Amino acid sequence: MAKFGRSGKKDVPGLTTASMSDIVFMLLFFFMVTTTLRETENKVMVQLPEASESAKLERKDLAAYISVGPPIQRLQAQYGNDARIQLNDSFRSVDDIRDFIATERESKSEADRQFMTVSIKADENVRMGIITDIKQELRRCSALKIMYAARKPAAD
Amino acid sequence: MAKKLPEINSSSTADIAFLLLSFFLMTSNMAQDAGLQRRLPPMPDENQKVQNQKVNRRNIITVKINSADRLMAGNEPIDVSMLKYKIKEFLVNANNDPKLPEKEMKNIEGYGQYPVSKGVISLQNDRGTSYQAYIAAQNEIVKAINELRDDFSKANYGKPYLNLDEDQQKIVREAIPQNISEAEPKDVSKN
Repeated sequence: MAKFGRSGKKDVPGLTTASMSDIVFMLLFFFMVTTTLRETENKVMVQLPEASESAKLERKDLAAYISVGPPIQRLQAQYGNDARIQLNDSFRSVDDIRDFIATERESKSEADRQFMTVSIKADENVRMGIITDIKQELRRCSALKIMYAARKPAAD
Repeated sequence: MAKKLPEINSSSTADIAFLLLSFFLMTSNMAQDAGLQRRLPPMPDENQKVQNQKVNRRNIITVKINSADRLMAGNEPIDVSMLKYKIKEFLVNANNDPKLPEKEMKNIEGYGQYPVSKGVISLQNDRGTSYQAYIAAQNEIVKAINELRDDFSKANYGKPYLNLDEDQQKIVREAIPQNISEAEPKDVSKN
């Protein structure tokens, strides 16, 4: 006890805050980099269905995403609440999938193109009609590797 | 007059490192891309004649989902919870029932002869089927196959399928293939 008591009477050396700014800058840079990577704004509400057997996608960089669901609350006045397809940043129709797949293919390196997976992120309340249309269109573009995005049910 | 510089207090760097660490841990867990992976059949060539794909009737089980999300497997209505057992029974065919799929002796590299089931699961849905019900049915089918693979790998290697190495997994995949056909859209409302 006495040990601690004695040390308290000494002068506490001043705290150097010189390195603090470096760290803050590092954090700042990190956030800047990560936020620019994911710029796509969700325009559809997607509540993924549950599937206990869902497996992880191995090559995330080779994925193209197609989101299907009702427009978000803010846009419902304009677009209604029917399920819609979102590619990249805007609402699109089934016919635009061909161009979308073509540009996505272009952006991947030549060797990896055949491994490109199209991830269908559809809301669980969507009807299969729209999904079937997408699947048929993907078959026509011969983008055959697909994934039905799903979430694992919470462990009980 | 040179003052003596106070020492840099480095006790907080540990805190900051932990903060960063926990941040990375949390974010990398959250953005997990998971789902059921499938391979679509290629679009048939228009110029090419439709090949007569003759598959013996006993080798096919048709799972239909109508617009009210009701399931039919084989030719009887069934609940989603029972689908797994139905598929397992179909694929295993333990008693070599002539109504269930035939098996073909296949030479699997690194394992040897194994009777591989020729069963194909055909999943048909209506345009009005909800996505949720469709994924639930898909999930049950995958679960049935995964459980069969687990049984096989436990019997042969003594551990579950996921803990096997690459080559062993390939053997198991060959022994118990995942033959799911997602057929052209059909109107199943009448059934």
